[in-house]
Amino acid sequence: MLLKVNGEEHVVDDSDASMPLLWVLRDKLGKVGTKFGCGIGFCGACTVHLDGQPVRSCSTLATAAVGKDITTIEGLASADGVLHPLQEAWIALDVAQCGYCQAGQIMSAAALLRRNPNPTDADIDTAMAGNLCRCGTYVRIRQAIHTAASKMASVEKTGEHA
Amino acid sequence: MTQYDDDMLRNDPVLSRFLAVSDETPRQKGVDRRGFMKLTGIAGGGLVLAFSLKGRMIGQAMAADAEVAEGAQLNAFVQVRPDNTIRIYAKNPEIGQGVKTSLPQIVAEELDADWNTVHVEMAPLDAARFGGQFSGGSLSIPMNWMPLRQAGATARTMLVAAAAEEWGVPAGEIKTGNSLLTHGDKTATYGEMAAAAAKVPVPAAETLKLKERSEWTLMGKRLTGVDNHALVTGQPLFGVDTVVPGMVYANLTQAPQIGAKVKSANLDHIKSLPGIEDAIIMEGAGDPGAFASFNPAGAIYLPGVAIIGDSTGAVLAAKKELKVEWDASGVVNTDTWTEFVKQANVLKAKEGDTVTGVAGDPDPAFSNAAKTLESFYTFNFVTHAQLEPNNCTSWVKDDGTVEIWAPAQLPDQGATAAAALLGIDRSKVTLHMIRAGGGFGRRLANEFVVESTAISARIKKPVKLMRTREDDTLHDFYRPGGFNAFKAALDENGKLLAWTDHFISFSPTGKVGPGGPPGAPPQKGPRKPSYYPANVLDNARITQTNLKSLTPTGPWRAPGDNTYGWVVNSFLHEVSTAAGRDHVEFMLELLGDPRALGPDAGHSFHTRRAADVIKKAADMAGWGRTVPKGTGLGAAFYYSHQGHVAHVAEVSVNANKHVKVHKVWSAYDVGPIVNLSGAENQAQGTVVDLISTMMLEVNVVNGTMQENNFHQYPMRRIMGTPEMEIVFLDSEFEPTGMGEPGVASLTPAITNAIFAATGERIRQLPIHHQGFRI
Repeated sequence: MLLKVNGEEHVVDDSDASMPLLWVLRDKLGKVGTKFGCGIGFCGACTVHLDGQPVRSCSTLATAAVGKDITTIEGLASADGVLHPLQEAWIALDVAQCGYCQAGQIMSAAALLRRNPNPTDADIDTAMAGNLCRCGTYVRIRQAIHTAASKMASVEKTGEHA
Repeated sequence: MTQYDDDMLRNDPVLSRFLAVSDETPRQKGVDRRGFMKLTGIAGGGLVLAFSLKGRMIGQAMAADAEVAEGAQLNAFVQVRPDNTIRIYAKNPEIGQGVKTSLPQIVAEELDADWNTVHVEMAPLDAARFGGQFSGGSLSIPMNWMPLRQAGATARTMLVAAAAEEWGVPAGEIKTGNSLLTHGDKTATYGEMAAAAAKVPVPAAETLKLKERSEWTLMGKRLTGVDNHALVTGQPLFGVDTVVPGMVYANLTQAPQIGAKVKSANLDHIKSLPGIEDAIIMEGAGDPGAFASFNPAGAIYLPGVAIIGDSTGAVLAAKKELKVEWDASGVVNTDTWTEFVKQANVLKAKEGDTVTGVAGDPDPAFSNAAKTLESFYTFNFVTHAQLEPNNCTSWVKDDGTVEIWAPAQLPDQGATAAAALLGIDRSKVTLHMIRAGGGFGRRLANEFVVESTAISARIKKPVKLMRTREDDTLHDFYRPGGFNAFKAALDENGKLLAWTDHFISFSPTGKVGPGGPPGAPPQKGPRKPSYYPANVLDNARITQTNLKSLTPTGPWRAPGDNTYGWVVNSFLHEVSTAAGRDHVEFMLELLGDPRALGPDAGHSFHTRRAADVIKKAADMAGWGRTVPKGTGLGAAFYYSHQGHVAHVAEVSVNANKHVKVHKVWSAYDVGPIVNLSGAENQAQGTVVDLISTMMLEVNVVNGTMQENNFHQYPMRRIMGTPEMEIVFLDSEFEPTGMGEPGVASLTPAITNAIFAATGERIRQLPIHHQGFRI
């Protein structure tokens, strides 16, 4: 079984096909940025992208990801290490407390900004409703998404690329 | 200072009970204050080696250590390198409260370091070197405030002395700032002077000149978390991310009731499943009856079946096929919440069987009162639900030593517990403190450390124990539920004459006294209560009855206070309403003259500080203004974990009893703020956490919680997050931590606002028992 994670192909045992993608990423491929919170798709800590769409990797079988582009938090920055505007905003606004949910939050936010570059608070509420933050950093998550959206819009306008 | 720290710990109603458990553990008290100054001149590598980790785990420590070719270790906390970068050790576990940033920030302030070139690393666990290393009771800041300032000042003084010697000028004329030393036209970086500084005699603590507050350049600033970059790029940081060469993965399915044991299990089938190496019956450790007594240093864990495999995925898939027949003959816990409610509703009519606090004599006041009032409050158990499930990696090695990687709040007690389990000396156990995905008090317990160590000892391999959310919800040390029956006497002017409170709680024996669960106000016999509002009343009597319960309970963010703050502020509001008084004015009157109540004016309850935060929050909220029908303002104050905090909330309630919190105004006096960003984050999180908890409960039936995952424990999402305005009062007092002080007065600010909006008093948590949603 071949899995393409963050642009790189990995050979995974066929016997792992029925394992949730989360554990293949974490325990087989060593990509531990994606987190386990509940195992039933309720907390969003395990959010990754399949062909750009956010999915809960705890509830997605590895086999369902074959032939798709899997993006994890480790692959959100560009190959040369330039951070995604969301990652920059998360650092600058000091969003995290314990930080455990934040990879999933950022992956959900990245999917939101791809389809809606200028989200309202209500758009953010809807898109981020599947991601739980036990520490309650929602005020800053909202601010960081707006900040990143503004930055991406200004880059778009001036034609500069971060 | 030592005595001061010790008092702080002793006065913590929860930590004081169990930090005394292991007297052998060097605590703040046992540390020679100059102990950490004695490491002068040790080359960087020497200390760093003690922290070298196996494998590719927790990458940032390895990466940073690899860069340390040389450098001057000026004391336990500060290493200055030739390139003028500075390594500062963060001494206490990071559980999301921000101490990995704020504690080094204190050092850097007194060191006059350039924060941009400071590298923070997690310290090794070594109390002899660093003092007590734990995260609980909001004590990291207050207990380390002075030692860390001294550590920074010591290193700075040594750098200055080296420069004075080299330049032949008086030390007093040398200025420091941004990791630079200057005198006239002479300049040197700290890095250039580090080697010479390491040879300077260590100055005595009493000779150090600490900065005046007006000289602070870092303190109170917004610093972003030192792990932020690693967090947002998915680097390994947490306990669950630990990888050790040769490691296997495990899960332990434990007895659903305390006292049950494994009779049989389909082990052969489990062992035949893909990726599974072994399945073994674990006997458990500790007397099941004692399991309900919170003991973080105890070698206790519940029996069950351990499944071991080559990935967590394989182990959890096998767990779904596990069939266990339990032997319930030894079950000790048959608690059922609804039975407790029935008993409490009978007991509420009288006072408790033990008097825990008395002020004056309330009885004559009740006889002469113009008006009396009674009210009864109920709150159910809740679970911690820290987002990173409990986990631990243990390696019991052939040479008799043990290495443990634990996201723990009391790591030293975890190592002690592991040693006790194996019957070996504590010195054989090395425990690495790993960042925790949330604490909230859950990781003050250490049974997960014991579990992984027990499994590793059986299979003789390094093992990462991973609990599922279901495991964690079913096997918590829960925030205890409880009941409070209040009575108040008022005079004809609406002045509060007397107050009684019958607190109905739980203990394993059904008796009140030592050994009861954390969560009760301090039980120190019938004397003037130290807690609000009985501490400011002329006539009050607090009594307590404990129902017998074997459900494990433990600290949950601001233990005791998180429910006591709610019940007393709610009943105070009932009193002021019955008296026809403005609630803010009523609270201020209760406080009386400005004075400190307690032996230590720097940290103890101070009526002036209390009044200041109440006035500030009320002022910010525009208290007293007219609000639309269906909208209400509520106010509450509590003193908790050495902080004075008042909140005002504005809510509206619709016809379906759906509560919308529009805004919360919070005023804190927690002493000077170290990291403004971190402090504000904690204050914002407090608002969300406590609103969330107003809808949450776990229900025990016959000794087993009925909820097991987030679909049955619906914590709050981003929608409906209220606006917040948070102010930290400029304070000349000593600092305290920010994890807990704001917790106790948040819920009552909301429920009092609900009363103002609807006329209905919330007397039960969670609030859906009265038909409300929030």
